[in-house]
Amino acid sequence: MSASIESLVNKEYAYGFVTDIESDTIPPGLSEATIRLISAKKEEPEWLLDWRLKAFRRWQTMTEPRWPNVTYDPIDYQAHTYYSAPKSVKPLQSLDEVDPELLKTYEKLGISLTEQKRLSGVAVDAIFDSVSVGTTMKSELAKAGVIFCSFGEAVREHPELVQKYLGSVVPYSDNFFAALNSAVFSDGSFVYVPKGVTCPLDLSTYFRINAANTGQFERTLIVADEGASVSYLEGCTAPKRDEHQLHAAVVEIVALDRATVKYSTVQNWYAGDSEGKGGIYNFVTKRGKALTGAKISWTQVETGSAITWKYPSVILQGDDSVGEFYSVAVVNGAQQADTGTKMIHIGRNTRSTIISKGISAGRGQNSYRGQVKVLPKAAGARNYTQCDSMLIGNRCGAHTFPYIEVANNSATLEHEASTSKIGEDQIFYCKARGLNAEHAISLIVAGFCKEVFKELPMEFALEAQQLLGISLEGSVG
Amino acid sequence: MLTITNLHASAGDKEILKGISLTINAGEVHAIMGPNGSGKSTLAQVIAGHPGYEVTAGTIEYLGQDLLELEAEERAQAGVFLAFQYPIEIPGVTNAYFLRAAYNEIRKAHGQPELDPIEFLDVMEEKLKVVEMDASMMQRSVNAGFSGGEKKRNEILQMAVLAPKLAVLDETDSGLDIDALRIVAEGVNKLKRPDNATIVVTHYQRLLNYIVPDHVHVLAGGRIIKSGGKELALELEAKGYDWLLEPVGA
Repeated sequence: MSASIESLVNKEYAYGFVTDIESDTIPPGLSEATIRLISAKKEEPEWLLDWRLKAFRRWQTMTEPRWPNVTYDPIDYQAHTYYSAPKSVKPLQSLDEVDPELLKTYEKLGISLTEQKRLSGVAVDAIFDSVSVGTTMKSELAKAGVIFCSFGEAVREHPELVQKYLGSVVPYSDNFFAALNSAVFSDGSFVYVPKGVTCPLDLSTYFRINAANTGQFERTLIVADEGASVSYLEGCTAPKRDEHQLHAAVVEIVALDRATVKYSTVQNWYAGDSEGKGGIYNFVTKRGKALTGAKISWTQVETGSAITWKYPSVILQGDDSVGEFYSVAVVNGAQQADTGTKMIHIGRNTRSTIISKGISAGRGQNSYRGQVKVLPKAAGARNYTQCDSMLIGNRCGAHTFPYIEVANNSATLEHEASTSKIGEDQIFYCKARGLNAEHAISLIVAGFCKEVFKELPMEFALEAQQLLGISLEGSVG
Repeated sequence: MLTITNLHASAGDKEILKGISLTINAGEVHAIMGPNGSGKSTLAQVIAGHPGYEVTAGTIEYLGQDLLELEAEERAQAGVFLAFQYPIEIPGVTNAYFLRAAYNEIRKAHGQPELDPIEFLDVMEEKLKVVEMDASMMQRSVNAGFSGGEKKRNEILQMAVLAPKLAVLDETDSGLDIDALRIVAEGVNKLKRPDNATIVVTHYQRLLNYIVPDHVHVLAGGRIIKSGGKELALELEAKGYDWLLEPVGA
């Protein structure tokens, strides 16, 4: 059966096209001069250049982490290009000025930046290679006092906020990839929701890598002031290319007292072909800090990338703060994922929930790596972890690496784990009711992921379910 | 409706069915009885198209088609239904969703439009009564955490909704208490029509008190060793299988 199960996967990656657009691309290579060049191109203030340079010097002393359960050829950091921008992008007065070729790209991706789809209730910031090409619905958000713009614009318009919070959750020295990002990040999104404001729209960033041999190093900073609340969605795609491309992003979330931030990701970077040629190396640091009574919730559906290294985490600093992590990670073909979360309980009565669903097909290797740490002062801390793996076929792998450290004996931790295999009996049962094998698999997998999908905003949940169907197509038959 | 001719089937290297011939007409109920390991369940699974068995000889003709040429899902779409001896659990998928998906696949195969969840609700409501099941069962995951009796009732509910032409009940009575047995049997009887047929695979005569067969076949060692009317079942109940087996085993 496994051979038949595995033959179901390989539908063409639908987002693999390349946009033909003139770019301002700097030569490959990484040195202080590169960083000064990026900073100059972005006309940045001195303090930001200094921060980048500190990060770069620190990065030079660090080594790439070897502990993830993934294997890949050494990355030549000098061979990558660290800045590429469509030539037409200037500070825009309105979205009508966006290059039509770019608008077409986003239309093809199902993301509309043009006026007619503004009613969909989502504001979008579109990041193309190294820069933001436009942010929709700004005026609607401004009425509520919400700031949603590209990172570059935030540095220009709201330097005091950026300076206060940049690096406050993920310091530049945090890890190898965070340091690299801090040195070379080119753009990203910035969100500030003022005190007591519930953001009237879902905010969304859409990341697109286009240029060849170019890394994407975006940085997102979300600040929800006291009592504020916001839901943020992130989507990603890239063209099919034979070379691996590097994506090292940082997302920082600051949830001040009683604030709520919900961050949802559907990651569909190009995964490479079934032999492991090409695809995105996705090394991402995502972390939030929750103050008193605040709540940060991460939901991720990871279907793309050749390699995923990603642990969206929550520092539960304030008393009564809440952290959640809901994850579906799918590997197929030659994909490898090492993903999970960290919940650091510092405040009293802090609560965290981890629901992780890993699906492995083809020759994919899927690892859950999660840490739950309860510090001495975190009296009454609670964690519930559920970690389920599903195997499709018999050439794939699922691995679990839970780390639990408890320094307060009033804490309550629960950990449940399961591994299952989509069995011939389940598929036959569905077939005996008239469903074909593909339909059966997608149904069984959707059932497996249900607890995570129900956390996604409606339109994302549908997209995620379809995406899952596509990425597993050909895994059975 | 169904003509099985000299059917041989194996699982791996082991031949289990060794030349079965059987004819079933529309409107009939056939009981297949026999001791454990005689091949009863294998016959049911082969009819439904289980990939774990290889048909090495013989034919199955169903409504003028070569049934063995069809994939399992095509057989289901053509009106063949297997009520599983051990119904499979599908966590996270609601009974309602699963059943509607199955119902719509069969409608699609017949060129009929699919039903949306609201329209399907009406279909469900009526069929739930057939097996005396509460509507809340529809929101539970398929067979997950169901008791043995609930699983079997759920199979009959699926049968009621999918309205097969040929239903094969594989040991549907096993593990049922007397009330559940009655409900399941009454469900089957209510679904009986002149244009459909039922094969009841069972070890015990008990179920046949409720579902009265037109024909009874005794399967042993992969062959049908005796066929008769409903009175054969009673005879088996009284005498066991040994008196039939001796001449064969000799």
